[in-house]
Amino acid sequence: MAFKEKTTIMDRGAIQRALTRIAHEIVERSGGAENLALVGIRSRGVHLASRLARKIGEIEGITPPLGALDITFYRDDIGTRPQPKASVTEITFDVTGKDIILVDDVLYTGRSVRAAMDAIFDLGRPTTIQLAVMIDRGHRELPVRADFVGKNIPTSQREEVRVNLEEEDGIDAVILGEEVT
Amino acid sequence: MQLKSKDLLGIRELDGEEIELILDTAESFREISTRAVKKVPTLRGRTIVSLFLEPSTRTRVSFELAGKRLSADVVNISARASAVAKGECLKDTAKTIEAMNADLVVMRHSAAGAPHFLAKLIECGVINAGDGAHEHPTQALLDLFTIKERLGKIEGLQVVVIGDIAHSRVARSNILALTKLGARVTVVGPPTLIPMGIGEMGCEVSYDLDTVLGQADVVYALRIQLERQTETLFPSLREYAALFGLNEERAGRLKKNALIMHPGPMNRGIEITAEVADLPQSVVTDQVANGVAVRMAILYLLIGGGEGA
Repeated sequence: MAFKEKTTIMDRGAIQRALTRIAHEIVERSGGAENLALVGIRSRGVHLASRLARKIGEIEGITPPLGALDITFYRDDIGTRPQPKASVTEITFDVTGKDIILVDDVLYTGRSVRAAMDAIFDLGRPTTIQLAVMIDRGHRELPVRADFVGKNIPTSQREEVRVNLEEEDGIDAVILGEEVT
Repeated sequence: MQLKSKDLLGIRELDGEEIELILDTAESFREISTRAVKKVPTLRGRTIVSLFLEPSTRTRVSFELAGKRLSADVVNISARASAVAKGECLKDTAKTIEAMNADLVVMRHSAAGAPHFLAKLIECGVINAGDGAHEHPTQALLDLFTIKERLGKIEGLQVVVIGDIAHSRVARSNILALTKLGARVTVVGPPTLIPMGIGEMGCEVSYDLDTVLGQADVVYALRIQLERQTETLFPSLREYAALFGLNEERAGRLKKNALIMHPGPMNRGIEITAEVADLPQSVVTDQVANGVAVRMAILYLLIGGGEGA
């Protein structure tokens, strides 16, 4: 299987502007940043969460705590395919009583978000959890929706959306492509 | 990347990549044991049978906690409280366990090769939790994890293993695992406790602890198996302690960052003095804590996956 690029949907500028807008929306809807905490889903959600935290810090003067969540052990497809490589969950603050913003790169079936919420509840009882994603590509299989979206992209299920980020891929770009065999 | 076999029978059967995979995966599991709710749903609905036909506390408890923290159901069978005590042979015990649809059997046995025998008889995976004087792979893996955690690497390290090499499955598994990842191992002990041909496993042999102590990055004291003292393999425990025991004077001659390890249970005052066991360089309790994480990783890698790609 190889990834065949079709188009670039967002470039560096577009990603930055989307993050700036989402940061403002989060602060507006939460009425400040005092009780916020950002939790990124590994791996690219963590980089997005870290950028959002920085932007919220610039806007409000308070940088919310940042956590990284690995959802491998909460996946619903464990036992149906070979194990994915696990990484480490690093959430050093107490999630109980916090308004958590869960951050991921692409919202697709909603299964990662379900797993992430289970993982968070094992760590404590947050007051609220909201979801911020860079791309919502549709095709939900669970009753999950995003509260903050960078861009909605209608896709077919054969297609694939890749969010490339400088921290991990050396470049900021959202690319629509297809798996070809 | 996955483990190639359904079983973990020994370090000999693993390659360097698989060992690294287990150590990396264990890293992910360590955090879970520090939470208030020490449980993830990963192995929900899986059944693990722990079949310990030889006494053990820490390994059995460690496996049981590892399984329970992954939400698997863990059933313990011990020799005295089972049909084994009524004379059931291993083959029938195995078939019985299999008929109850276990997903994995963790086995300790006094006979070398017993887990290998079991693995051939049953479909489900088998983990060797110690077989005779042969191997104890999970102990070696948790030792490697502890060394890597403290010293940052395995490759190029000089490890000195002290004591009863002849009767030690811990020593064998550790020699294999350490050399597979590029460490150099020297075994030290009285000649009666160093088996002929051990050098073929890729380690150096010495009979004088004091000459090899200074180069060591890790000193690993093995337990003197007091129950074997009837065989008079050395003149007295006192003499052993004087020649091969880790005391404060010897600890003082170690490299500054050198680690002191012991697989437990310790005979304080024989292979290691109470003072040395409690030094900051002694990582004996880290070994126990890491044991749970490493065993969680092994359980996950063996039964956490499924067919297909």
